[in-house]
Amino acid sequence: MINLATSLGQTQTPEAVMFWILGPSAVLAALGMLLVKKAVHSAILLAWVMITLAIFYIAQDAVFLGIVQIVVYTGAVMMLFLFILMLVGVDSADSLTETIPGLRPIAITAAIGFGGLLVSLLGRATLGRQMVGLTVANTDGNVQELAKKLFSTYVWPFEVVSALLITAALGAMVLAHHQRTIIRPTQREQSINRFRGDSMASAAGLPGPGVFARHNAVDVPALLPDGSAAAASISATLKARGDVIDSRIFELSEVDTSVEEEK
Amino acid sequence: MNAANYLYVSALLFTIGAVGVVVRRNAIVVFMCVELMLNAANLAFVTFSRINGNLDGQVVAFFTMVVAACEVVVGLAIIVTIYRSRRSASVDDASLLKR
Amino acid sequence: MLINNGLVYLIALPLAGAAILLLAGRRSDKWGHILATLLSAASFSVGLLQLSQMLARPTGQRAVEQKLFEWISVGTFKVDAGLMLDQLSICFVLLITGVGTLIHIYSISYMSHDHDRRRFFAYLNLFIAAMLLLVLGNSYLNLYVGWEGVGLASYLLIGFWNQKPAYATASKKAFIMNRVGDMGLSFAIMIAFASLGTFSFAGIKEAAPHASTASLTAIGIMLLVAATGKSAQFPLQAWLGDAMAGPTPVSALIHAATMVTAGVYLITRSNFIFDAAPTAQLLVIIVGAITLLFGAVIGTAKDDIKKALAASTMSQIGYMILGAGLGPVGYAFAIMHLLTHGFFKAGMFLGAGSVMHGMDDEVNMRKYGNLRKFMPITFVTFGLGYLAILGVPPFAGFYSKDKIIETAFNAGGIRGLLIGSAALLGAGLTAFYMTRVMILTFTGAPRWDEKAHPHESPILMWLPMAILAIGSVSSGFLLSRGNALVNWLAPLFAEHAEKAEVLKPVVVTSLALLMVVIGVVIAFMKYSRGEVSSVAPEDVSALTKIVRRDLLQDDFNEAVFMRTGQGITNTLVKTDELVIDGLVRGVGSAALGSAGALRKSQTGFVRSYAAWILLGAVVLVAAIWLVTL
Repeated sequence: MINLATSLGQTQTPEAVMFWILGPSAVLAALGMLLVKKAVHSAILLAWVMITLAIFYIAQDAVFLGIVQIVVYTGAVMMLFLFILMLVGVDSADSLTETIPGLRPIAITAAIGFGGLLVSLLGRATLGRQMVGLTVANTDGNVQELAKKLFSTYVWPFEVVSALLITAALGAMVLAHHQRTIIRPTQREQSINRFRGDSMASAAGLPGPGVFARHNAVDVPALLPDGSAAAASISATLKARGDVIDSRIFELSEVDTSVEEEK
Repeated sequence: MNAANYLYVSALLFTIGAVGVVVRRNAIVVFMCVELMLNAANLAFVTFSRINGNLDGQVVAFFTMVVAACEVVVGLAIIVTIYRSRRSASVDDASLLKR
Repeated sequence: MLINNGLVYLIALPLAGAAILLLAGRRSDKWGHILATLLSAASFSVGLLQLSQMLARPTGQRAVEQKLFEWISVGTFKVDAGLMLDQLSICFVLLITGVGTLIHIYSISYMSHDHDRRRFFAYLNLFIAAMLLLVLGNSYLNLYVGWEGVGLASYLLIGFWNQKPAYATASKKAFIMNRVGDMGLSFAIMIAFASLGTFSFAGIKEAAPHASTASLTAIGIMLLVAATGKSAQFPLQAWLGDAMAGPTPVSALIHAATMVTAGVYLITRSNFIFDAAPTAQLLVIIVGAITLLFGAVIGTAKDDIKKALAASTMSQIGYMILGAGLGPVGYAFAIMHLLTHGFFKAGMFLGAGSVMHGMDDEVNMRKYGNLRKFMPITFVTFGLGYLAILGVPPFAGFYSKDKIIETAFNAGGIRGLLIGSAALLGAGLTAFYMTRVMILTFTGAPRWDEKAHPHESPILMWLPMAILAIGSVSSGFLLSRGNALVNWLAPLFAEHAEKAEVLKPVVVTSLALLMVVIGVVIAFMKYSRGEVSSVAPEDVSALTKIVRRDLLQDDFNEAVFMRTGQGITNTLVKTDELVIDGLVRGVGSAALGSAGALRKSQTGFVRSYAAWILLGAVVLVAAIWLVTL
């Protein structure tokens, strides 16, 4: 049995250097993605893995894919992820304790088995031929050669995939569309309601949040003249998310004037 | 250096992604892990393409990217919808199907 | 052979009558009975026309066939619905339509007070059509349709007054016991088809000589079972007595003259099978001999006039079956007795109906007495039938019954002696019980209630009785003059050598008459000399009690078949509940249990499903790993 590793040709040294730097870093980043608590950190680590892969693609004469990887994944997909993360709450963190009993050991054991078997399989797999390389295949340039394939042999899958993309776009729109169950009150109606309400307390509008120079504090309630926090000055969304900061930490403490006196 | 090393990396990344899908609770992270698995598969395709001197592997990787993009778009839309109604992005909370 | 010869009109006319009357419903109440009678008479006319055409043809070409339509067509196997009229069928056609028409006429008056008279006539027409199909079918399959048809008509007519539970039960009893016989017929047809490959009479007649004796015997025995069911022969005789629940014209037409003789027709028609299967033939003789005594014995103890006549019918059909069992030499005599019996027994039943008509539907003979003064015509017509059944020369029964007794003795050996003696004894018993009926009904002191006003029946009723009485007197003489019927039927049956006469005809006749005289004398001594109690005496011998219970036929059936059947049913129900249902429920609960266990794996958590997928992938990779090792 010919070992795959020995049967394939050796690559250039610069590529080896690149690989041995980027390969382990990608694996480590992927592992980190599993272990960090915050979803944002996971996203950043994933972006790193993707960039690494893009470099790997370019290094392996897949220039077009490498660029696409950067544009589509690191550009579009990761942006989408981050965008959704912002929507859901950028600070949201997973507790890493497992709630389903026995799942984690099973998953890790299975993963070790899976990975081990896969690596071992690759280790003794044989393709029965030398590494060919893409020099011949890319004669007219990678993009041109890919385009030839895409618009000849793979034109039918290509068209099907376009339909899939359109369907996905439509699906996303349908899912994101939110049907109003009540008619949105107009500004006129809102102001009428403010004055016709039981109390005139909010007739002049709700109070704004407490804004301090040192902190962009839409999440800090304003203080009322008596020193208590004005709950109505904070957006309900922030309250629901638990992102409200107690305004008392910003209360003025007694000014230490000793330093000035020394001056 | 040997081109097969890319394949080992691909296998490891795929395995890590699989574990992540099972272990992580945050739906967004789960999705990221799925993306990781797809990317690992792509790396394998590209490497095979190079080994065989044949661009078909790259074409398949290209299609995988498109499908992955679709999946992300729809998946994230679903996550947003779920989040809007349940105020949670945990996949464990969406376990009502068994009842 | 003529192809289109109008045979179908014989059946179509009464069938159309039944259809019109049943479909038109109450709208035809006013004229339905007249239409039915006219159609029956029309069918009789067609029968006469056919007879005249048949007589015009030479002996060899008398049989005609008519193909109606292709009935079953499966590959190369084809069965046509076809009719066949030959010398045997024409006898039946004329008997059925002739007596049938007379009874239609009689019923117009007899049923005039019944508000369901139209339905009654519809059923009568249906019966005529079915019975004609039975005797005209050119294959066993066609005969079977008619056979079932008359069974249905009989069921409907016995239960005509089904508002009385006892009558409804009687019709059910007749139907179920007939089913047993019908099963025999269907088995016979199946065996015939399996071993001979055809259903038609002609085809089977051709194939029979080459067939194995075993299969022919099996067919013969099954046909005999069918005949015992339809003709109320031992051991399927129990339904006939209860069938008297139907209106009296029905008893006269169906349960005396025509339908119950279908068994005799079946055996005679299947002569080619029985001739080649001696065992089956012997069984036929035994059944006939047993039944003729069985019926006669029951007849001696019946106080119900219709049931006494029914027992007599059973006994007389026993004679016919016996005759048919005697082989080629006896078929013609069986048919002759069938025809004469059709006349005199129908006449007597109509007479009984007339008596009941005058006595407010009283059937107990002990409540009659001295009716000859009030119903002279009924007395005379009944009396002529009485003389005919006794076999007094020159009345009809003398010619037909004595021939059977004679042929029985001629069978030879110990067998001939046994069956001949049985037939002779039966003749004596017949004389006894028929004389008893006569004495109790028409002579002696009146024993009826004061409310009863016996009176003669209207002309529409006594006219058919009179015509049948003429038949009772003359038919025997006419049919046997110059062996007319025997020669007429001869082409149908196998030729037979004249058997040596064991007893000279004169001796047989004398013996038979002697038995008759003895029977009559005993009856006179017993019933005519003293007063007859209007209630059946209770202090009688055990034997009498048994005979009054119809020789325990119902008790036997109940103990042996009903209880066993119930036992089997109960066991099967238990088996069904425990084993079959248990199995089904077991499968159900096993599925439920395993589902309950498996349900636990369905946590609803996507991640645990993902873990299962991962495990599956591990297995898959492990499999690849092992395969490529």
